[in-house]
Amino acid sequence: MAVLSFGQALKDALDVAMSKDDSVFIAGEGVGVSIHYDPNLPTHGLLEKYGRKRVKDTPVSEAAIAGLGVGASALGLRPVVEIMFFPFITLAADMLVNHAAKLRYLSGGKSAFPLTVRVKAGVSFAAGCQHSHNLEAWLAHSPGLRVVFPSTAADAKGLLLSAIFDPNPVIVIEEMLLYWMKGEVPDGDHRIPIGKARVVIPGKDCTVVSYGGAVYTALEAAKTLSEEGISTEVIDLRSLVPLDKACLLDSVRRTGRLVVLHDATKFGGFGAEISAIVAEEAFDVLKAPIKRVAAPDIPVPVSPPQEMFNKPSPETVIAAVRATVGKG
Amino acid sequence: MGSQQVEVGLKKAMYEEMALIRRFEEKLIELSQEKGKLVGMQILAYGQEAVSVGIVKALEPDDVIVSNHRSHGHLLAKGADPKYLMAEIMGKATGVNKGKSGTLHMSVPEVNALMTTTIVGGGPPLAVGAAFAQQYRGTSNITVVFFGDGAAAEGSVHEAMNLAALWKLPVLFVCENNCWAGAQSLSEHCCLMDITRRAVGYGMPGELVDGNDVEKVFTLAKEMVSRCRNSQGPVLIEAKTYRIRGHGEHDHQHYVDKKELEAWARLCPVRCLRERMLADGLVTEGEIQVMDRQIEAKVDEAVRFASDSPYPLPEEALQDLWVEDGIPQQVAQ
Repeated sequence: MAVLSFGQALKDALDVAMSKDDSVFIAGEGVGVSIHYDPNLPTHGLLEKYGRKRVKDTPVSEAAIAGLGVGASALGLRPVVEIMFFPFITLAADMLVNHAAKLRYLSGGKSAFPLTVRVKAGVSFAAGCQHSHNLEAWLAHSPGLRVVFPSTAADAKGLLLSAIFDPNPVIVIEEMLLYWMKGEVPDGDHRIPIGKARVVIPGKDCTVVSYGGAVYTALEAAKTLSEEGISTEVIDLRSLVPLDKACLLDSVRRTGRLVVLHDATKFGGFGAEISAIVAEEAFDVLKAPIKRVAAPDIPVPVSPPQEMFNKPSPETVIAAVRATVGKG
Repeated sequence: MGSQQVEVGLKKAMYEEMALIRRFEEKLIELSQEKGKLVGMQILAYGQEAVSVGIVKALEPDDVIVSNHRSHGHLLAKGADPKYLMAEIMGKATGVNKGKSGTLHMSVPEVNALMTTTIVGGGPPLAVGAAFAQQYRGTSNITVVFFGDGAAAEGSVHEAMNLAALWKLPVLFVCENNCWAGAQSLSEHCCLMDITRRAVGYGMPGELVDGNDVEKVFTLAKEMVSRCRNSQGPVLIEAKTYRIRGHGEHDHQHYVDKKELEAWARLCPVRCLRERMLADGLVTEGEIQVMDRQIEAKVDEAVRFASDSPYPLPEEALQDLWVEDGIPQQVAQ
């Protein structure tokens, strides 16, 4: 097992998939020759290894990039296309939401779209709200798309490999701030099944459900809380669609309390879905109202203190957990 | 490019296909007046049959087409069975897509009619992807995408053409310029009266053709398809034609100049070909009548089959969203 950065783990997944299967190619803006030169970036070095036939730098054309993926996957290739920043997915949204997601259904099950869309996400790098905007709830709300959101280097590799070999369209959300975070990563064709959550740390008083980089906010909160004698279970969903409802409900049945945490805005966010599922299916075990911790309903501001204010902090999670256990 | 270049057998086959498309759509007009028979909008390619048949006849069976909301002609020309299309248009379980697509989104991957999209301008980016797969695999197949003059206003069409030209992808872009985008005439939505003039901006050839003359469409398509097949990159063909029946059967065309409509109706591609074949002594009235009767019977049979078919069960709506295990055979090449 090697110690790799999150970005290198993603590259390892692309490398394994490309060496294993000739039908895998990658395309996007700067996936071959990038303005950034950093071995921690997920496509660094792949052009040198696989050449221009399989590593395709595209024009600045998100609709065409996504269309390339949808059309090529319809003929059985396994495209992995990159959308440079999450808000830019709105330019590719027609191809993803109206085509990748719906065309199999419209064909009555005759067609398939084994497409992977990698999208770079995250706040906290002062690029402003047209480069930082978490839209996972939009995608999860479109039937036909699978949505995964890894938080560790090993999961990044395992989920990306599963996405590439999944016969359905999968959106892989990569939180950029994690690219440089290191972790142990299994060698070879290591896959994490899509739709299986992970109990990051067990606990008995309250469940905190999260995904992506927000998992680390939850862990930091859990550490402080444990010093106060509050035992917090942290769940990393890893996959939003399909969702591991069993893991979520089992945890809430054990702890009787739920706090949902994400970096996206609160209103209509994915946390609302998690809360609703638990309210519908495990209301009887809840000892306190569910709490949601999320960004305020504003675009992501640039100025450092405001950007920090926008991102949910361990303190807000701690306050939410304390409130649910009656120690707020 | 004259009619002499199209040999007699092929000319008859083209007539038969155009007449089938016409009869099929005439039947839809009749049925759309019967309550409860068809579901949804009926958007016809009535008057545009020469483009469907002229282009598709220039293709090989393994070539791929991507269609749009005005798809009946493209799909029938590509060899889709009218029975299953009719059943789909009626929303029946035996429909080509089990009733999930209706008339607007039919796909028939078994004849390489890969997909139909009603998102105006959605077809070209998809076609670029399909053509990329053909080029990537080193096949000599090409992809044809049909779109309208209205769709030419979409940014996605620009992106697709730019990428196709840049990567020399084997795509034949076919703009069926039927002079209308909704209730807006060409001059109201486009400064250029010829969409094909845009081709030069992408670095690809752009060719204009009389879209009501199937022989001219076929002869040009044959030449352009061979160019695409030989790795010389994409081509834009603009076929000038006219939207005879309005946007759909619910559109009574109050905004259309009736004289203009009549003038185009006189250029009916089906009748023009029939009259030309008769004048040239290639067929007799009797032979035409036999062909027309066979077509009539085929369409009647399709209606019978579709009418007798059951609707799908409501809960079958839950099926076909995901691929559960492996990719279906017909697309996993």
